[in-house]
Amino acid sequence: MSEHPIAIAWLDLVAASVLILVAVALSAWQRLGLGNQIVLGAVRATVQLIAVGYLLVWVFAANRWDVVLAVLAVMVVVATITATRRQAKRWRDRMKILPISAVAILAGAGLTLVYVSTVIVHVKPWYDPRYLIPLFGMIVANAMNAAALALERLQSEMESRRAEVEAYLALGASPRQAAAEPARRAAVAAMIPAVNALAVVGIVSLPGMMTGQILAGADPTLAVRYQLVVMFMLTAANAITAALTVQAYRRTFFTPAAQLRAREADESAQASPAG
Amino acid sequence: MDTPAASGVTPLPTAVDPSPRVVDESDAVFRLHDVRQVRGGKGILDGVSLDVPRAGFTALIGPSGSGKTSLLRLLNRLDDPTSGTIEFSARPIADYPVRALRRRVGFVFQTAVMFAGTVRDNLDIARRFVAEPSATLQEREVGELLELVGLDPAFASRQAADLSGGEKQRVALARALVTKPEVLLLDEPTASLDPEVADRLVHTLAHLRECTGLTMVVVTHRLHEARLAATFVVMLETGRVIESGDATTVMNHAVHERTRAFLRAGEEGRRSE
Repeated sequence: MSEHPIAIAWLDLVAASVLILVAVALSAWQRLGLGNQIVLGAVRATVQLIAVGYLLVWVFAANRWDVVLAVLAVMVVVATITATRRQAKRWRDRMKILPISAVAILAGAGLTLVYVSTVIVHVKPWYDPRYLIPLFGMIVANAMNAAALALERLQSEMESRRAEVEAYLALGASPRQAAAEPARRAAVAAMIPAVNALAVVGIVSLPGMMTGQILAGADPTLAVRYQLVVMFMLTAANAITAALTVQAYRRTFFTPAAQLRAREADESAQASPAG
Repeated sequence: MDTPAASGVTPLPTAVDPSPRVVDESDAVFRLHDVRQVRGGKGILDGVSLDVPRAGFTALIGPSGSGKTSLLRLLNRLDDPTSGTIEFSARPIADYPVRALRRRVGFVFQTAVMFAGTVRDNLDIARRFVAEPSATLQEREVGELLELVGLDPAFASRQAADLSGGEKQRVALARALVTKPEVLLLDEPTASLDPEVADRLVHTLAHLRECTGLTMVVVTHRLHEARLAATFVVMLETGRVIESGDATTVMNHAVHERTRAFLRAGEEGRRSE
């Protein structure tokens, strides 16, 4: 780092919150009814980030591998829960997809982190929290989105293509063959954000990490190299998580006898089938 | 490889079919004993016992919600019963590898689902589940299949999605024949067709059965169709078999009062159509 960044004092934060008030005022003027949510969101963000800041200070000072691994584990758990939250309303259904998304996120994010930290960045010691935690944070967030998109899309595709899937089964297709198109569409849907991000980076968006490094005084070309590594690792994590999620979740739609499982709606209140 | 049309005999199973096979001397292709199905706490089938004759055209009739479709779906294991036994060719149906069973017992749905691509693509897809993934049908086989279901062989190159409802149903029928099944299950195949097109399809089915010896089990709510083609009739109501037997006998001299009432109502409905 060539120079120290300009410091932001606590008092400066108060001045920054004026920007939130602008949003609140505009909301009130247009009667959007978002004022409370904006204020609440701002307060939450402040509390969470300050807490994380202090936590990171402690973790960096402790500099122990077990503490670092514990932090990474918590990130995976939170990401798993978040990825499945919108997907299943009932706990029984959610228990089915929690292990799927946990394994997919852990594998997608974990494998990528190991590769980047050992082969590319050569982090020493291997658990150096200053590298592992921010890198993993970015990867996990991405893997989480990939898992959530894959789950959501596969379920809706299986729902809307139920007749087609069953037509395949009736011809003697395996569940894998029968659900090939829904699975493909779900995987594409989960990959699109990462692929789009690759295409527009530097043109439409200046990535946060690169901006942060430059603000912090880093050489812009180094910031660019870091950012490229980040983009590539996010793409890999996204692909691994999406593929694992789709493959594992696809199986849950079928019985061992290659039958489509009854829909949730059918199980709770069975409308009489035709005939 | 001969198509059913070319050979004019009961379609033979394909060489890759690994399912158990016994020579069945009995004339029942399916034997159901005390079959019950409960879904969402609601009884759909309530102790169905039934023999489905081999090489016949069995019509499942009865009011909506009587369990006809649910019963049909059990016969190639799109669903399994909650309790009771089902035998196919004198062996418990669950003894057959399910995918092999479904190639021997084809299913045609109420509304034909066309896969992406041409009519030919639709037939090739079915072929791939039988043979190696790259297998395609010969030009001649495609033509014969289409003729068998009353379509001009020129249809092969048409986009399946562009066809009319009746044409789609015929393609679905041809597609189900690709795996050379012994039994064809049809779930109200004419329900979404207008009466004239529906009648023609029923004639095609009857003709198909005559020249291939296929066993057909057809759910229908049009009694007229049962009269046209059925050799055996099963009357269902509220998940039970009310009456079953030779088609002429059941249609003309039904024993059960519920059957007679249902048939009467059906005839009146047709006259007012």
